[in-house]
Amino acid sequence: MTSHPADMTKDLRDTDLDDPTLDGILARTWETPRGFYGWLATVDHKMVGRRYIVTAFVFLALAGLAALAMRLQLSVPENSLMGPDLYNQLFSMHGTTMMFLFAVPVMEAVAVYLVPLMVGTRNIAFPRLNAFSYWVYLFGGAMIWIAFAFNTGAENGWFSYVPLAGPEFSFGKRSDFWAQMVTFTEVSALAVAVSLIATIFKQRAPGMSLDRIPLFVWAMLVTSFAIMFAMPAVMISSTMLILDRLVGTQFFNPAEGGDPLLWQHLFWFFGHPEVYIIFIPATGMVSAIVPTFCQRPIFGYQALVLALIAIGFLSFGLWVHHMFATGLPQLGESFFTASSMLIAIPSGIQIFCWIATLWLGRPILKTPLLFVLGFIFTFVIGGLTGVMVASVPLDLQVHDTYFVVAHFHYVLIGGAVFPLLSAIYYWFPKISGRMLDERLGRWNFWLAVIGFNAAFFPMHLLGLEGMPRRVYTYPAASGWGEVNLFISLMSVVFAASFAVLGWNVVRSLRHGIVAGPNPWNAGTLEWAAPSPPPPYNFLRIPYASHREPLWNDRDSLPVVSGLRVDARELLSGSLAEATPELRESSVDNSIWPLLAAIATTAAFVGSIFTPSAVVWGGLLAAIPLIAWFWPKGNPEDEE
Amino acid sequence: MTRHSVADVSGLPTSGFGATSPMWWGTMAFMAIEGMGFALGVASYLYLAFLAPEWPMAPPPDLIPGSLVTALLVVSVLPNHLLDRWTKAKDLKRVRFGLLLMSILGALPLVVRWFELGALNVNWDTNAYGSIVWLLLGLHTTHLLTDLVDTLVLAALMFTRHGRSGKRFSDVSDNAFYWDFVVGTWVVLYLVIYWFPRI
Repeated sequence: MTSHPADMTKDLRDTDLDDPTLDGILARTWETPRGFYGWLATVDHKMVGRRYIVTAFVFLALAGLAALAMRLQLSVPENSLMGPDLYNQLFSMHGTTMMFLFAVPVMEAVAVYLVPLMVGTRNIAFPRLNAFSYWVYLFGGAMIWIAFAFNTGAENGWFSYVPLAGPEFSFGKRSDFWAQMVTFTEVSALAVAVSLIATIFKQRAPGMSLDRIPLFVWAMLVTSFAIMFAMPAVMISSTMLILDRLVGTQFFNPAEGGDPLLWQHLFWFFGHPEVYIIFIPATGMVSAIVPTFCQRPIFGYQALVLALIAIGFLSFGLWVHHMFATGLPQLGESFFTASSMLIAIPSGIQIFCWIATLWLGRPILKTPLLFVLGFIFTFVIGGLTGVMVASVPLDLQVHDTYFVVAHFHYVLIGGAVFPLLSAIYYWFPKISGRMLDERLGRWNFWLAVIGFNAAFFPMHLLGLEGMPRRVYTYPAASGWGEVNLFISLMSVVFAASFAVLGWNVVRSLRHGIVAGPNPWNAGTLEWAAPSPPPPYNFLRIPYASHREPLWNDRDSLPVVSGLRVDARELLSGSLAEATPELRESSVDNSIWPLLAAIATTAAFVGSIFTPSAVVWGGLLAAIPLIAWFWPKGNPEDEE
Repeated sequence: MTRHSVADVSGLPTSGFGATSPMWWGTMAFMAIEGMGFALGVASYLYLAFLAPEWPMAPPPDLIPGSLVTALLVVSVLPNHLLDRWTKAKDLKRVRFGLLLMSILGALPLVVRWFELGALNVNWDTNAYGSIVWLLLGLHTTHLLTDLVDTLVLAALMFTRHGRSGKRFSDVSDNAFYWDFVVGTWVVLYLVIYWFPRI
């Protein structure tokens, strides 16, 4: 708990305090106490965001190792290194981890760290919910990997199709662990989405009307809404799956009126927006980075915002294009072909706006911008093959082949991982106070772009030649051996790029050049805070006079005064104009989110083994949830 | 970089109702998520119904217990809105009374729900129709339960010294708002579960 020393005046305001005094008081009010307990109980969005990012990268490394193991197996034909059972688990764990435990959480993680800073507030809305979400995510991810270590990992792909994952064909507990992993990650993702929406709607700095919101924040707003409406679908479907497996419901059993395609509809109603839940934040990162490295405002701000919203809506109208091979009515297929092609329009608008900004500015070719250029190049290729597979005849031809593997890795790695790496180089100085090394950054970039394209481009060709996905080996007579060997070698080059990133991070944390608050001379509010930001983010809540406040007010930053400083307080304002309405208290650190997450974990894991866990687990989880909510007599509780 | 103050916010209140309060938006967001869950549940019901050669795949559920739950829930909307009004007037005495009343009105449908489960005329593992009906009811029962617990905790809280804070009134108001959602979703589910099989 934060200490509130008795010598502090009650209801102390910042109005007449000089900067050093204010810094001292705010630091005491907002601090996370040192020590293990403080570390567990913190609700500081920066600490939670940081551990989210680190955890997501640990899962990236695990899933990456799974990929390397698969490439080792596929490097020569008829390889006997591993059998089909382990291979099934490896590709399922790879996909599951990359989608549920890396890609979505890492984007939300960056937002958890940055959005409160970018909108000029002191903490995320619902900080305890945010802390809870991290623990649930960590425990869910740990659960599935521990299960994998005991030979009980996911085995039916990241989409876990029935009947393969149903009670008839998937024995043991593998698919149950997968289904509950979904519950963990979706609870966590939904909690963050709610916190982000409330932060963006209500806690923006005064003056930050809708048309002054940074594009990354817009992107996270659209993403959060997509999460809210997409994730319930996978929660419902994975609940149905686990019920079919554990208590004998018949949702997917055609013999009793169920339908396996119900699974596919529900899963892809989530699964397609999921791709955009990963991609939209990445485009937000690009829209934040391009202006800084061109030193001019973004070209077409309104068009970009509208494109983001359009992509958000359209992403819900595409799911059936994952099901073209299931024998749906032709009219339906045509509709989903058209809508799949339609989404290329707002995506194209974004690309042209970035190119126009680069064209009109004087691009500074530092590592973050290099990765943006790598993104544009790679993503366009993935987008083009996307338009190709949107058409039913072509899709049927390449369905379940390496062509599709190539396509979605181009979209996901080109479209999301490269922007993410760009973002790491761009915001690392804000988070750590030090710059990443530029020379290592260039090595990182070239190894990543060359390694990625060399590893994945040939997969298009293998797919067109008919090599199927999800096979643990192939005959020597197929003639695919040499290309596969080349792919496997290049995947090592790609993996090496991440090793360089890791080394760069470790080295720069100690020896990097000290960054200062705004090393790139950027325009948005997160760069007004020191690097790394203090627990309270901003000494005084800034006033956003412009879309790029730091470029508009170069000498003196407009701020507001009158906030309470002896208790955690921030500003809450109107949705459209961000006109201040409330001095809103922000909750203190608490251990209860962690305890609630532990109780929730007991309930979720228990329910894999016995349905009664839903009852006792629910009761168990209610206790910490009530304790979390119950006022503790802090000044924040008494407002 | 230096700073200059352009506005003074010291006179602002520290709590508010409705769209002014961030918690109201949080409640809205959770209602959107859960509403989406219900919508997908209903969509799955209709999907299975249109695939099936005959629907329902068992005798339709008896009308009496389900209709009684519906009646109880619809009636509870009136005291719920009175409670909301008292909350906004920060009338602590009436708010305490209203919370106790709503705790009882929250518990009653749960009692009847027990009989409702027995009157469904199908088990969850009989066929896909039974599975989806039990899923919809289970989903809604969870909402009844969680909102009852929430109401009980708030009722207890309002009888302590913490009850005088403006934030707590705002919490009670959000809870009332959420109850409307629980009732509203039930009306839709009631029509789907009880009347769709009869048309």
